[in-house]
Amino acid sequence: MSTTLKTYFTKQTQAAPLAVFRVFFGVMMFASIIRFWVNGWIEKLYISPKFHFSYYGFEWVHPLGNFTYILFAICAISALLVAVGFKYRVAIITFFLSFTYIELMDKTTYLNHYYFISCVSFLMIFLPANSYFSFDAKNLKKASFYVPNWTIDSIKLMLAVVYLYAGLAKLNSDWLLKAMPLKIWLPSKYDIPFLGNLMQQEWVHYAFSWSGALYDLAIPFLLVFRRTRWFAFIVVIIFHVLTRVLFPIGMFPYIMIVSALIFFDASVHHKILQFISKIFRINKAEIDSQIKTVFFQKKKNISKTIIAFFLLVQLIFPWRYLAYPGELFWTEEGYRFSWRVMLMEKAGYAQFKVKDSVSGKQFYVDNSDFLNTFQEKQMSFQPDFILEYAHYLGEHFAAQGHENLEVYVESYVALNGRLSQPFIDPTVNLLQEKESFKHKSWILKFNDDIKGL
Amino acid sequence: MIKNALFILSLTLVVVACSSDDSTPEEENNDSFDRQALLVNWADNIIVPSYTAFTTETNNLVSATNSFTENPTVETLQQVRLTWIEASLAFQHVSMFEIGKAEALNYRNRINVYPTNTSEIDGLIADGNYDFSLPSTIDAQGFPAMDYLINGLASSDEEIVAFYTTNENAENYKAYLNTLAETISTLTETVLNDWNNGYRDTFVNNTSSSASGSVDKLANDYVFYYEKALRAGKVGIPAGVFSNEPLPEKVEAFYKEDISKQLALEALQATQDFFEGKKFGGTSKGESFKSYLAYLNTIKNGENLGNLITAQFETSKSKLEGLNTNFSLQIENDNSKMLTAYNELQRNVILLKVDMLQAMDISVDYVDADGD
Repeated sequence: MSTTLKTYFTKQTQAAPLAVFRVFFGVMMFASIIRFWVNGWIEKLYISPKFHFSYYGFEWVHPLGNFTYILFAICAISALLVAVGFKYRVAIITFFLSFTYIELMDKTTYLNHYYFISCVSFLMIFLPANSYFSFDAKNLKKASFYVPNWTIDSIKLMLAVVYLYAGLAKLNSDWLLKAMPLKIWLPSKYDIPFLGNLMQQEWVHYAFSWSGALYDLAIPFLLVFRRTRWFAFIVVIIFHVLTRVLFPIGMFPYIMIVSALIFFDASVHHKILQFISKIFRINKAEIDSQIKTVFFQKKKNISKTIIAFFLLVQLIFPWRYLAYPGELFWTEEGYRFSWRVMLMEKAGYAQFKVKDSVSGKQFYVDNSDFLNTFQEKQMSFQPDFILEYAHYLGEHFAAQGHENLEVYVESYVALNGRLSQPFIDPTVNLLQEKESFKHKSWILKFNDDIKGL
Repeated sequence: MIKNALFILSLTLVVVACSSDDSTPEEENNDSFDRQALLVNWADNIIVPSYTAFTTETNNLVSATNSFTENPTVETLQQVRLTWIEASLAFQHVSMFEIGKAEALNYRNRINVYPTNTSEIDGLIADGNYDFSLPSTIDAQGFPAMDYLINGLASSDEEIVAFYTTNENAENYKAYLNTLAETISTLTETVLNDWNNGYRDTFVNNTSSSASGSVDKLANDYVFYYEKALRAGKVGIPAGVFSNEPLPEKVEAFYKEDISKQLALEALQATQDFFEGKKFGGTSKGESFKSYLAYLNTIKNGENLGNLITAQFETSKSKLEGLNTNFSLQIENDNSKMLTAYNELQRNVILLKVDMLQAMDISVDYVDADGD
């Protein structure tokens, strides 16, 4: 290890930013879970569907029937415990596991935001976020004003990765040269106060596309440099507020706004903590005076290594799409888990044909017999969903006594306003195809060209 | 100081963001497509006139049925039959508008679920006690049940009339037939009255872009109707598209035998007219899905989707026209032609459901989960 790196890892900084991050993260997560619950989505998305789409390798993760509510309750409680910093390590591990389990139950609900939360909570397992302004820190042996610099930097880097990769993904011809998909999305927001009329203007679509890409690419740097930080933070707020107004993206904008606070100096965070203390009648000054440990006690652990490895994976993983032939937006091979946020408009239609290979008899499946409308929508344009569903249909009809089964799909997909075109090879018996990380050769070729990353 | 001010500004912005959920639609502007004009054309020139015309037919049906049950003869039976056909045809013009009161009443299913359940009907008639508002009776009422009672009880008209004269349950048969006609009429009047007494304004003023906005809702209803009721119900299901074997007994108006094609063509024409915004019973056209697509295309500069859909309606129509007047016979004699017609109808499902809804940024049967 070079000496600069060694000195870097010995550097300490105030723990307040990490404490604020922990508090806000916990509160936001708690609110998100409650919101999810209150909206009835646990029932609608995880309990009522007959069938759930699994991630490759995680087929063993299923919703737990009515116990799913308990899982959400555990997740919510652990989020609160993270916020107050009580039994922090246990709480954040519980949160990470329960939240990630929930996300793995059905990939229909995949959102980059959820993946982001899993990533951050994983990271937080290895950070001493409870060393200050927490119940755990009431035990003065565990309390500390300072934490290693790298612990806070790791969160900053995680955020930077999200923005940067989201920005890089926008550097493609559809986004920049055609202003797609904003050209589809924005005109439909005609009834937004003040902006509705603007949303019809072509130049606005281009302005939004370009400034969106520029925002994602520039914001990590603007947040890092002290001179541009406040400006950057205002831009963060404006950007996320605008996305909140324009698109149904739930809690994410707020999570990103409070996350961006991590870039500020400790003085700002002390003010925030003072503010919180006032509300909850905590005597911050007194607590501060009790903390004797000035330097963070470095225990021998592998946290650094794990985090370094994790962040390295984060940097490499989004590029895996380069290993696949064909258009990424079309095949979606390597699309998820890569911060491709609000990047394309895709819709499809998939009609499955169940055939008896001996008698030649065949019939089409009514998807609504098996899937809810959300699942059907997501399935219709994602090849791995189509394959998994075809196998499910195969098993279903085999159990009904059908023999010599073959399952075919006739599917059409429209991408970014292009006219729909055939998506999956209708002559391929999907029961013969297995899910894997290999290229799916039965996806038909995209008959257009999208240039760029 | 500046930092504090900025901090407060930021907080304010966050608060604004948090409270900006329930935005009220602003007044219409000139640059964007006038959704209100679209809704007005739909309501005033198509939907309400279609229901009004259908109500007249259902009233005729009730009086013809009453005349028949008061004096059951072959002549009065034939009169019922004529009005039944006219009403069935008129129904094809309102069936797609399952919105508002119609949605609440489960209107389409109450009027036209087929195949009808003859054994249940026989049982209910023998029993003499039934309540058509019960979901269990959904396949024992509406036009298909009437079809059975005026066309399907026996092979000759004399024998059919006998059910209403000499049959031991004749009174029950009469009562059942009357109740069927009256239920169709009452349901339709309820829907029409609702449109005439407030719902029209609610509908026309709900120009919201959200999933609960009128355009989104009716677009979903329309596509659903085209896909499930027209494409599948009238053609696909009887042709055996969704089953191992063709099911010729599942055609619409099975007992009347010779009007299934006429009904399908009427429905197809009605859906095309609605797509193009054509005034009911007229030729002039107003704002429509098609004109909306044309507007969006001025932004997008893509394919002319509206023309593609119209062309596909025409192709489908010509395929349907080439079929036997009795789909049942067509399926038994040469199902391949039936399947060809189905395939042409299917093409428009894709254009309407995938391409049109994408162009309009309308979610299919919206599930209110978060997006990315």
